[in-house]
Amino acid sequence: MTAVDDRPQAASTHEVGRDRRRKEDQRLITGRTKWTDNLVLPGMLHLAMVRSPLAHARITGIDATAAREAPGVIAVLTGEDVKDLQGSLPCAWPITEDQKAPPHPAIAVDRVAFSGEVVAVVAARSSAAARDAAELVDVDYEDLPAALELRASAQDETLAHPDLGTNRSATWVFDSAEAGTGSDVEDAIAEADVVVEREFRQQRLIPAFMEPRSTVVDPTGEQFVMWSATQVPHILRLMLAMTLGVDEGKIRVIAPDVGGGFGGKLQVTPEEIITFLVARHTGKPCKWTETRSESLLSAHHGRDQWQKLTLAAKADGTVTGLKVELLADMGAYLGLVTPGVPILGAFMYNSIYKFPAYHFSCTNVFTNKTWTDAYRGAGRPEATFAIERIMDELALELGRDPMEVREQNWITHEEFPFTTVCGLEYDSGNYEAATERAKELFGYDELRAEQQRRRESGDRVQLGLGISTFTEMCGLAPSRVLGSLNYGAGGWEHASVRMLPTGKVEVITGSSAHGQGHETAWSQIVADQLGVPFEDVEVLHGDTQISHKGLDTYGSRSLVVGGQAVINAAKKVIEKAKPLAAYQLEANVDDLEFSDGKFTVKGAGADQEGVGLAGLALAVFAAHDLPDGMEPSLDADATFDPVNFSFPHGTHLCAMEVDTETGATTMRSYVCVDDIGNVVNPLIVEGQVHGGLVQGIAQALWEEAVYDDQGTLVSGSFVDYTLPTTADTITFVTDRTTSPATSNDLGVKGVGEAGCIASTPAVVNAVLDAIRQFGVKDIVMPCTPERVWRAIQDGTAGAMSETAGAAAGHFAEGEPNQDPPGTGAAPAAGTTQEGGQA
Amino acid sequence: MKITVTVDGTTYTDEVEPRTLLVHHLRETLGKTGTVVGCDTSNCGACTVLMDGRSVKSCNVLAVQADGHEVTTIEGLADGETLTPVQEAFRDCHALQCGFCTPGMIMQATDLLSSNPSPTEDEVRHGMEGNLCRCTGYHNIVKAVLQASGQSATSGGEQS
Repeated sequence: MTAVDDRPQAASTHEVGRDRRRKEDQRLITGRTKWTDNLVLPGMLHLAMVRSPLAHARITGIDATAAREAPGVIAVLTGEDVKDLQGSLPCAWPITEDQKAPPHPAIAVDRVAFSGEVVAVVAARSSAAARDAAELVDVDYEDLPAALELRASAQDETLAHPDLGTNRSATWVFDSAEAGTGSDVEDAIAEADVVVEREFRQQRLIPAFMEPRSTVVDPTGEQFVMWSATQVPHILRLMLAMTLGVDEGKIRVIAPDVGGGFGGKLQVTPEEIITFLVARHTGKPCKWTETRSESLLSAHHGRDQWQKLTLAAKADGTVTGLKVELLADMGAYLGLVTPGVPILGAFMYNSIYKFPAYHFSCTNVFTNKTWTDAYRGAGRPEATFAIERIMDELALELGRDPMEVREQNWITHEEFPFTTVCGLEYDSGNYEAATERAKELFGYDELRAEQQRRRESGDRVQLGLGISTFTEMCGLAPSRVLGSLNYGAGGWEHASVRMLPTGKVEVITGSSAHGQGHETAWSQIVADQLGVPFEDVEVLHGDTQISHKGLDTYGSRSLVVGGQAVINAAKKVIEKAKPLAAYQLEANVDDLEFSDGKFTVKGAGADQEGVGLAGLALAVFAAHDLPDGMEPSLDADATFDPVNFSFPHGTHLCAMEVDTETGATTMRSYVCVDDIGNVVNPLIVEGQVHGGLVQGIAQALWEEAVYDDQGTLVSGSFVDYTLPTTADTITFVTDRTTSPATSNDLGVKGVGEAGCIASTPAVVNAVLDAIRQFGVKDIVMPCTPERVWRAIQDGTAGAMSETAGAAAGHFAEGEPNQDPPGTGAAPAAGTTQEGGQA
Repeated sequence: MKITVTVDGTTYTDEVEPRTLLVHHLRETLGKTGTVVGCDTSNCGACTVLMDGRSVKSCNVLAVQADGHEVTTIEGLADGETLTPVQEAFRDCHALQCGFCTPGMIMQATDLLSSNPSPTEDEVRHGMEGNLCRCTGYHNIVKAVLQASGQSATSGGEQS
């Protein structure tokens, strides 16, 4: 490990840094779990949704008579029944003042805008009865033309919402010249020796968390209690109150065991609203649990962008400007943070490189598809993919090694802290160290030599090497920055530390874990802070009546924001205990020091007993003998708002073997060296990296939400939406370098999204590196064997036009897919076998 | 129909609808909620249990087909506080994050190792491919199955 840590260590570091086995696991490996769908309450009703089979249609009539009369059915509600009660589902991130958006009903009232939209709900005494009855609801539709293809939709050829008058929701622009953070990109392009212009397609993905969503609402007490498979219980509670006009104090939201999220459960869903409304309507506890097909169809999707990049460089390879023009598919509605997702990538296209000029614009477009929203990385994987792909293209234009061109342009470690062309201050990093270590582990030079041998011998299986030297901004987020981006909330996090009379410690966190291991990591942090045993710390979360305040878990924020809040609360506990310790030790407060869980008097020798925090907790509980005026409590709260994002980075190297006769791709090796600052638990960190890698690799190779020309999702089950399996994946080589963050006490950076942000371009770059020799210029993701084979056969830029639906041609018909003439870009050696244009 | 099934060592006799899936019988009638449903196409394997010692996807078995058989779920594996080697290895190797796929993974790994006590990595990868996980990238799951077979050293981490 390359340590460049010059920050002071915490007073005691017994626990932080240890690969503790997780506290969570004992329950999970023995089946003692509490998923929302496990809940059964007396008299509970089960809900089934009736969903539109059509992408865009007017609802001309609903006959629910047969359903209402079916056995076990208690109620059937349609949009007409709830239209004055359901409000409009929230969008917390209107990116511009003039953003256009349709109302977002939980149950469609007179028109459906995507296939899968709820048009009615059935409540029955069993889930089977509810589903059976849902089949009996007869809905009459008048078909409307559907806006499906993103680029055509951006031209308003067909309107997704006729009343809006346009499909364009908003256009968001950042320009470094206007912002005063850099020069003018058009000047850079005009003056460039080399201009590389490329378009990339970010296919539509589905988060596909393993636990299907489920919601239970119990209306029988003073408060409505909602259990939900959500990443965001606190946000959900607030939004339920605001959407339904119910007093926030009358709602309690509980996220019990939650089976994954990846952004897919960062939402306030129609089904949550509907379950609430039906529970209120019937006065009975109600449960809705989705099927997997419902989940793939109606839980929000991710990505789905067209990305056009124009990169300007000097003849020697120095980059001089970057212009990014995006079209982002919102789908039919704006969800909780839908419009902001591409904007989260806006400051990341420049990545680790020193672009002096930068321009970003993104137009958000409505279509008649499932709405998109956060999916692991949210905006940043898209940015990383595009910049890492085009850096390879630049190297190709220059006929140089892609790593060498990156190195020439990246921020060197001496230049930190570095203010980017977007105005962000990268606090720490060392791209050289991570790259050197990755190349060593990968055997970069040997693999290049093998690649050359295979090319020369005309081996049927060709080898390609792919690079991704990524960075990302995470730890969402400084509230002031969010405010400047027009986001509806802050980015702080809250924590409480409670000292129990037994000396045990309860930690309440506003973070809401669903697999991240917070119970273990927070215990390690608090054990060090308070000098108590790891086992004595109990971490509570995910219930708004216990954790009354929080902003939940997403955006790799929990440790860097929530973890710091925990530290701040623990420090307050020590400060509160100090006067009592001084009182008991008959010493001056200023003469005390605290370490390993006890207060001692400075200079009083090593053999003094001091007083322990546990004893003080008991004394405070009894409160018989406290200093005059002391509040009988050591408990403390803290709310932490970060001053900056954290900026993890790393170098990912991928070797892909491509069977040139079948198009089959096989991952030969994958090495990543990530710099996420200091580490609380290396075991958990590696797990986060592995999982992220495979999600990113899956985007490169396997996954895509495909719609047919009627706007029906055809990859609506795990048969067709192909998640990778053990047999598709390999064992990874992971390592770390350490450049501690300066924005928190632990020196940590977020890690939840890093693997997913970094891996996709490494894989695609590797596949292309293997087959560019055949004239292939690009392959649209996912790089399925069919696409790879066709690309090789046709020797063209993708050759995708034969495949259906979203597997559309990569380049617009009639538009040139090459650099404008006269830009001085010469084809590189080895790529002279030019293919035709698609 | 009346069926009698022994689940995790206890024998239960119940009336079930013929269309009831074994997984729903386990969860809803017997309260064996450790076994979960992750899909509706028998792709994900989250509902995997052992029937007469062999793994089955319990969403793909009718409750009536389990009549007269012995079913072991994730809740019946450990002997009191004593975990099985597979459970222990999953914990030790951090082979789970959210834990939703874990019951199925552990049951499948148990079956795999009972029929092939010393699998290669490739055999593990093919033997486990009917179970989907979205959190771990499978890296540590494969490691755990190999470790449970006694073939690879522990990762050297400190035990808690």
